[in-house]
Amino acid sequence: MIEVKNLTKKYGNHLAVKGISFTVEEGHIYGFLGPNGAGKSTTMNIITGCLAATSGNVTIDGHDIYEEPLEAKRCIGYLPEQPPLYFDMTPFEYLMFVAEAKGIDYESAFRQTREVIEATRLTEHQNRLIRNLSKGYKQRVGIAQAMLGNPKVIILDEPTVGLDPKQIIEIRDLIRELGRDKTIILSSHIMQEVQAVCDRVMIISNGNLVASDNIENLESLVSRTNKLHISVRCDEETAEEVLMAINGVERMSMMHTKDEGVLDITLDTDRAYDPRDDIFFAMADRRCAIIAMRYEESTLEDIFLRLTDSDREVPASEEETEKEIFGVDLERTEYTSQFSTAGYSIEDDENGKGGEE
Amino acid sequence: MAAIFKKEFKAYFMNMSGYVFMAFLLLFAGIYVTAINLKSGYASFEYTLSSMSMVFIFIIPILTMRSIAEERHSRTDQLLYSLPLRVSDIVLGKFLAMLAVLAIPVAIMSGYPLILSAFGTVHYTACYGAMLAFFLLGAALIAICMFMSALTESQIIAAVLSFGVLLVAYLMSGIASLIPSTAIVSFFALIVVSIVLAAIVWLLTKNPVVALVAAAICIIPLSLLYYFNSSVFAGLFQELLNTLSLFDRFDNFIYGIFDVTALVYYISVIVFFLFLTMQSVEKRRWS
Repeated sequence: MIEVKNLTKKYGNHLAVKGISFTVEEGHIYGFLGPNGAGKSTTMNIITGCLAATSGNVTIDGHDIYEEPLEAKRCIGYLPEQPPLYFDMTPFEYLMFVAEAKGIDYESAFRQTREVIEATRLTEHQNRLIRNLSKGYKQRVGIAQAMLGNPKVIILDEPTVGLDPKQIIEIRDLIRELGRDKTIILSSHIMQEVQAVCDRVMIISNGNLVASDNIENLESLVSRTNKLHISVRCDEETAEEVLMAINGVERMSMMHTKDEGVLDITLDTDRAYDPRDDIFFAMADRRCAIIAMRYEESTLEDIFLRLTDSDREVPASEEETEKEIFGVDLERTEYTSQFSTAGYSIEDDENGKGGEE
Repeated sequence: MAAIFKKEFKAYFMNMSGYVFMAFLLLFAGIYVTAINLKSGYASFEYTLSSMSMVFIFIIPILTMRSIAEERHSRTDQLLYSLPLRVSDIVLGKFLAMLAVLAIPVAIMSGYPLILSAFGTVHYTACYGAMLAFFLLGAALIAICMFMSALTESQIIAAVLSFGVLLVAYLMSGIASLIPSTAIVSFFALIVVSIVLAAIVWLLTKNPVVALVAAAICIIPLSLLYYFNSSVFAGLFQELLNTLSLFDRFDNFIYGIFDVTALVYYISVIVFFLFLTMQSVEKRRWS
């Protein structure tokens, strides 16, 4: 459906997108995930022909976006990050304009406009000025605009940003509904959103595509290492000696707690083997009391944070990237930047809860 | 293009600018007709049009300032880029919508000679010939100001820029008469113009080599020509300014001359500035 090859975009000296390649297949909902400034909007703008790439190709349904821009653009409906609305028009007028600009004749334009207004539940507001609509309704007008002309692909750039929780749920439902018979690409910096709506994920970081797979695969991939948090009353040497000897433990980090003599330990353990029993008995043999133990299966959130950790060097070429996801990277990643990681998850949790409630 | 035209034309009447433009043009038409035709008793409407061309300096920027600057400001240009439209569709649609807004008061004004004919002899051909030139002059000014609007995101800056450019265009022959007609002055004036052109090329392309080449292309032949035959330059710059002056070109029509070269010149200006506007809109995509 969409083929992107070696896409590069330079702003002055800043390389915003570094040779991204991917293919989008028909009939899926793709999530384009990455922290702010990772190059999501730039990539989407290039795919939709709003921005010219420095190098690389984009083909949409066999039409090159530069060679045959009109044919390519007819296959796409696009909602940019900031919905491009004319505030002194009503939604109906606005949608009629977009429909006609998409080359639809008056009769079908009228019919389609009615249909998308119905589908986005804008009927009651279709004759108010867009200026006076709430943010959620403005967003709907933007999505309605993208749906006109029955494009094969709909591209939505952060469609739920700035909406209240109820609106977020409504927009997500709408996207899911659309996804039944269309290909959808939506970008987001919120993992939960992508998990809730999409069936495939592309993770982008610092202008590189660092992962591209369906959600189940990514999940099975990350849970290759699970995390085990234990609090144990013993000294560091003993803890290290005991724990590193246990089957399945790959890495550990320790922290002293307020309680005298109690260590907080985080272990990365092999998913295939649950080491909890072994640890319990090994510690018991040494007469060290385990005060708390919490087993945590890795989530998509973790792989997102790992892959998009901005301090890390990310290789550019695709093969390296793939190799990295399917093995090497997981052993190499150090959890040195605990603090920044925590900061991320707090922000995302807030957003995520907003969505689930 | 039809969709853009419709939307733009409607937009001029959804906010004030279309009405303000038409009201001012018709107000001044009324004042001048009263002063020249009714009070002084001239039956030729051409004189009125000639005096009225000055009004364009103030009202054309009102019409054009929002045309492209507003799209950029409200980010709706992204919509236009993502729709299956050519840049030429967008620019032409907008330009034609502005022409249509200009055509309404001009159409109303074309009724005035008929009224005047009740009181004296009106030369219809001269009168409507001048009306056509008046409309094309307006169209050329709109094209220039539309380009100004394409240079910036702010409507105010677009309006001020347009006003400045139109004022210079209006005063062009006056400025020309200030410049001594000696060869050396013309030569240096042309060199300065070449340097300014090269600077613009440098700003647009950010490539010093291209700018230097552009400067060399202008300056070297000029210098050679001046060295071998300096008499060519006598009065050349003045003449150049007079030739380029949009407003002075209109004067022939007052005397009942249907000056085709002027019409061709107006159309060339329109085409040139529409082309520049398209380039400017296209360039935005490459930034």
